[in-house]
Amino acid sequence: MQSINLAEHSVRQLNQLLHDQCNHFDQSQWQVSATSGQHNIACGLNQNLEVNIHGHVGYFCAGMNQLAHVTVHGNAGQGVAENMMSGTVHVKGDASSAAGATAHGGLLIVDGNTGARCGISMKGCDIVVKGNVGHMSCFMAQAGTLVVCGDAGEALGDSLYETVIYVKGKVQSLGADCVEKPLTKKHLTQLKQLLKSAGAEEDPSQFKRYGSARQLYNFKVDNAY
Amino acid sequence: MCGIVGLYLKNQSLENQLGSMFAPMLEAMTGRGPDSAGFAIYGDQVLDGSTKITLRHPDLEYDWDTLADRAQTHLAVSVAFMRNHHAAVFKVATDAQTASDYFATHAPEVALLSAGQSIEILKAVGLPAEISTDFNLTSMQGSHIIGHTRMATESAVTLEGSHPFSTGQDLCLVHNGSFSNHNRLRTELAYHGYQMKTENDTEVAAGYLTWRMDQGDTLDQSLKHALQDLDGFYTLAIGTKNGFAVIRDPIACKPAVLAETDDYVAMASEYQALTSLVNIEHARIWEPEPATIYSWQRDSQQG
Repeated sequence: MQSINLAEHSVRQLNQLLHDQCNHFDQSQWQVSATSGQHNIACGLNQNLEVNIHGHVGYFCAGMNQLAHVTVHGNAGQGVAENMMSGTVHVKGDASSAAGATAHGGLLIVDGNTGARCGISMKGCDIVVKGNVGHMSCFMAQAGTLVVCGDAGEALGDSLYETVIYVKGKVQSLGADCVEKPLTKKHLTQLKQLLKSAGAEEDPSQFKRYGSARQLYNFKVDNAY
Repeated sequence: MCGIVGLYLKNQSLENQLGSMFAPMLEAMTGRGPDSAGFAIYGDQVLDGSTKITLRHPDLEYDWDTLADRAQTHLAVSVAFMRNHHAAVFKVATDAQTASDYFATHAPEVALLSAGQSIEILKAVGLPAEISTDFNLTSMQGSHIIGHTRMATESAVTLEGSHPFSTGQDLCLVHNGSFSNHNRLRTELAYHGYQMKTENDTEVAAGYLTWRMDQGDTLDQSLKHALQDLDGFYTLAIGTKNGFAVIRDPIACKPAVLAETDDYVAMASEYQALTSLVNIEHARIWEPEPATIYSWQRDSQQG
């Protein structure tokens, strides 16, 4: 196992060492300490690494992640796992706004709460939040799944495309064109699987499903040129 | 961009460490604001009927002794001062209006940065670390402090555009963001008799809170009104003689992190600025909710 102390190394040095594993894969286990809320930790990984980050991290941690499994033993700042392509990112504490923004694939797990705009414009990843999500979560979300075991803030799923949202708790309000939909057997199976992958011990039948009513401009064939 | 930081002590035995706890917080926000920096510190309160005034003159050799003598003779009350780099904190045994009017009329060459019983505002153009050293921030004592590191957007990099702004006695705010209705509010405040000194949007927000509190609002009530009337993206940290508050606009685009222990409440734009605090690993850390008022107040007896 390789241990990197960010009091002694820069984030750039750490990220370079992790990127080097794309060309010469000889070390799969990584530990990072003394994070002090620094930005861009473990960004752009593209190898089947297991990275354990001890401490709170700043913005864009594990951004653009591919293949790697990154765990933050602390809180994460804005844009954790933004534009993730594959792999997993697990935040043991809370995450700030725009968690999983634009992410195409992979699984983001947040044990605590997230701030506003969780999963904004997500394009295919799965996000499981064990606590609450803030306002405007899944704004313009295109594909993938958001599971919220707690409550959701205002304007959930505003201008949603094909992302599926499951919420167990209260939804403060739904955004434009986002509606509640029936929880079918197919959805229960999907939800059960996601909860299991995230290690969340919740009863899937207690969740409600939300999705796009497909009534906005881009869904109307009459609007096509 | 800009960085804002605040530290409010719940444990009075830490008051002699306020400056040394705060200096690394301010410096940690250099990346968010390298143009100018400043802070408003509360402590060393003067008695009722007396006023503390922070004045500034760009010349480090400015003759503060003569100004103090002139003020003492003219006002016929005791005047004492402490020089700190290119600023001086005057303690004048009269009310704030009389003291402020005197300096505005008889010493137009000096800028008045703050007036009140507890507040001192020190700010300058330059890097936060230089400003912290120039004013010897680490040796300062007090009950609470708010600070700002500026990346200029709305107005030029000048001392006048440096934060924090104080528009009323002991009231001060630091701001990350921008207000879109500051010009209209400036006109409205002028109509109510509150003349802003600069073109800066943050000063308008400070002026707005001063106006509300003069109307009888408590700190929390004034902030409730501010959430209705201030339009824009903002995170604010506010200091009053006995209180400290944090609010974010309803969209909450501008970042903020709060940390609380039995000893202190700390606020910063980014968690990075909190890492140097004692016991931060055991603090309750959270992101303030949008359009929600967080405030802490000391008993007035405690001052």
